[in-house]
Amino acid sequence: MINFSNVDFTHQNGVVALRAINLTIDRGEIVAVVGENGAGKTTLVRHMNGLLKPSRGIVTVDGVDTRRRSTAQLSRKVGIAFQNPDHQLFSDTLENEIIFALKNFGFPEETIRQRLDWALNFFGLEQYTKDSPLILSGGEKKRLTLACILAWDPDVIILDEPTVGQDAIQKERLAEVVKMFKSVGKTVVIVSHDVEFIWPLQPRLVIMSAGRVVGDGPARDLMRDRGLLESARVTQPQLVQIHAELKASNSHPFVDTLEARKYITDMVKR
Amino acid sequence: MGSLVHIEKLSFRYLESKQWTLSEIELEVKEGEIIILAGPSGCGKSTLLRCMNGLIPHMYPGDYQGSVTIDGIQVREEPMGILAQKVGLLFQNPENQIFMFSVERDIAFGPENLALPRQEIRSRVDETMRLLGIEPLAQRAPHELSDGQKQRVALAGVIAMRPKLVILDEPTSLLDPKTASELVSLIQDLNTRLGITFVVVEHRLDLLTKLATRMVVMNEGRKVLDGKPSEVLSNERVGAYGIVVPSATRLYSELAKEGVKLARVPLAPSELTEQLRRIRR
Ligand SMILES: Nc1ncnc2c1ncn2[C@@H]1O[C@H](COP(=O)(O)OP(=O)(O)OP(=O)(O)O)[C@@H](O)[C@H]1O
Ligand SMILES: Nc1ncnc2c1ncn2[C@@H]1O[C@H](COP(=O)(O)OP(=O)(O)OP(=O)(O)O)[C@@H](O)[C@H]1O
Ligand SMILES: [Mg+2]
Ligand SMILES: [Mg+2]
Repeated sequence: MINFSNVDFTHQNGVVALRAINLTIDRGEIVAVVGENGAGKTTLVRHMNGLLKPSRGIVTVDGVDTRRRSTAQLSRKVGIAFQNPDHQLFSDTLENEIIFALKNFGFPEETIRQRLDWALNFFGLEQYTKDSPLILSGGEKKRLTLACILAWDPDVIILDEPTVGQDAIQKERLAEVVKMFKSVGKTVVIVSHDVEFIWPLQPRLVIMSAGRVVGDGPARDLMRDRGLLESARVTQPQLVQIHAELKASNSHPFVDTLEARKYITDMVKR
Repeated sequence: MGSLVHIEKLSFRYLESKQWTLSEIELEVKEGEIIILAGPSGCGKSTLLRCMNGLIPHMYPGDYQGSVTIDGIQVREEPMGILAQKVGLLFQNPENQIFMFSVERDIAFGPENLALPRQEIRSRVDETMRLLGIEPLAQRAPHELSDGQKQRVALAGVIAMRPKLVILDEPTSLLDPKTASELVSLIQDLNTRLGITFVVVEHRLDLLTKLATRMVVMNEGRKVLDGKPSEVLSNERVGAYGIVVPSATRLYSELAKEGVKLARVPLAPSELTEQLRRIRR
């Protein structure tokens, strides 16, 4: 679906943000990208819909070089919800914000209405339909950026720090959507510092540091490698720490508290 | 210790909004405290912070009732310039407060406005950059930084003012986990060494609960819980308020349902596993 082949990227100010990236993301994968501040995560995902083009090497989407397509064309297939909502939001009302892209992509009026209603309801924004995005709280703005992207239903969904400003209930819902996308075969790339959110999704984990991919594999394996995580300033999810400290005999760390609860209860009562 | 923040029956409604965003909030913060402010998205946390540094009512018009007193000053009566010397606010979105052409200039901006001697400004800027580990970024343009880097620069600008009260709106939300834990150590350090009082809005509770003196939970514009973090987090209502209870802490109540009773509410994985090891023996 998406392929990076020997990609370097240098910003205009001379900062080298990506170095020799080789990465293939297949259809239907859930990928989490982690790594220190400034590692190059945002720069990486901005190559996936052609917002940035490589300084060296090639990025392809569905086999097509991103340099041969406009961002507008690629966006229909690859939607990115930005890390900073203010870089994405520009309309006078929430409604217009969401339907803007839908109209551009030429969806029928009927579909637009349905998608709009779904998106506003799902993200708990229906009471603001006719309000300006400017009056939203931080978390609400973030959810609006997610709503905009999900409304046009791209094949590849890229979420740059989606849990910022979200409470437990919203995070739970977000996790559900990701699982739902997985079940219908969509590709989801999540950039996040929130290891507690990522962990239960059990994604493929791509670890970045100083512009390079330093780790790539199932989260359940890589999250146990403290040395590797530390090199990218990532910490282990609490359940993985608990599993390690208990020297639990399970072959893999607890995925959720239910699993941990069961194991610990057996252990104590044994 | 003296009272630094005194909020009495505070209610506020934005000009554009139909409902009251804050309803009859009562809050007392003593000098030297570290307070976590939590609650669901949209419940009014950022609004309450704006009432503490004077953005409300000075910059945001609306209906305002009750009173907010900071270090003896009535927020409503004083101009923002006076308040700025007492209260520093880190915005939820760091881009709203970094605007100079270099990181260094950005941090110096506040102290320069206080008309401090040049020497003092220089040493404050250097010390603050060192504390936040951003010396390598000193000459970079703020708008060319990654979001996490911007967040640290914005915080540096707040700290450089050396205010008595620092209020942080989700300060770790854009930071990598290691930097987030360093920031929490920095909060502790500034609290003990400089006596700075902190009010911190956070959804990510795993780090901060260990040093917080209190945790305040809001819901729909009202204060609904206020107590020690371990008490608040083990209260069965927190789930309904959208509080992300860290896994180690959540296991305390989950294990209790299985008849495994722990002596203390664990705030970190190690606190849980230590207790379990003792039970097992
Ligand atoms: N617009 C820009 N111009 C110049 N340099 C930039 C720009 N945006 C980012 N950089 C630099 O490129 C590098 C990678 O930044 P990027 O935003 O990709 O990091 P990130 O991994 O997303 O970090 P964070 O976790 O803080 O969001 C950093 O050194 C950053 O300072
Ligand atoms: N300038 C404004 N004008 C009108 N309404 C506003 C304004 N700013 C915020 N609101 C509304 O006030 C309510 C509380 O917003 P606030 O930003 O205080 O929430 P919050 O608790 O900080 O949420 P989050 O965790 O998502 O940042 C929200 O419903 C929001 O839409
Ligand atoms: Mg980023
Ligand atoms: Mg807020």
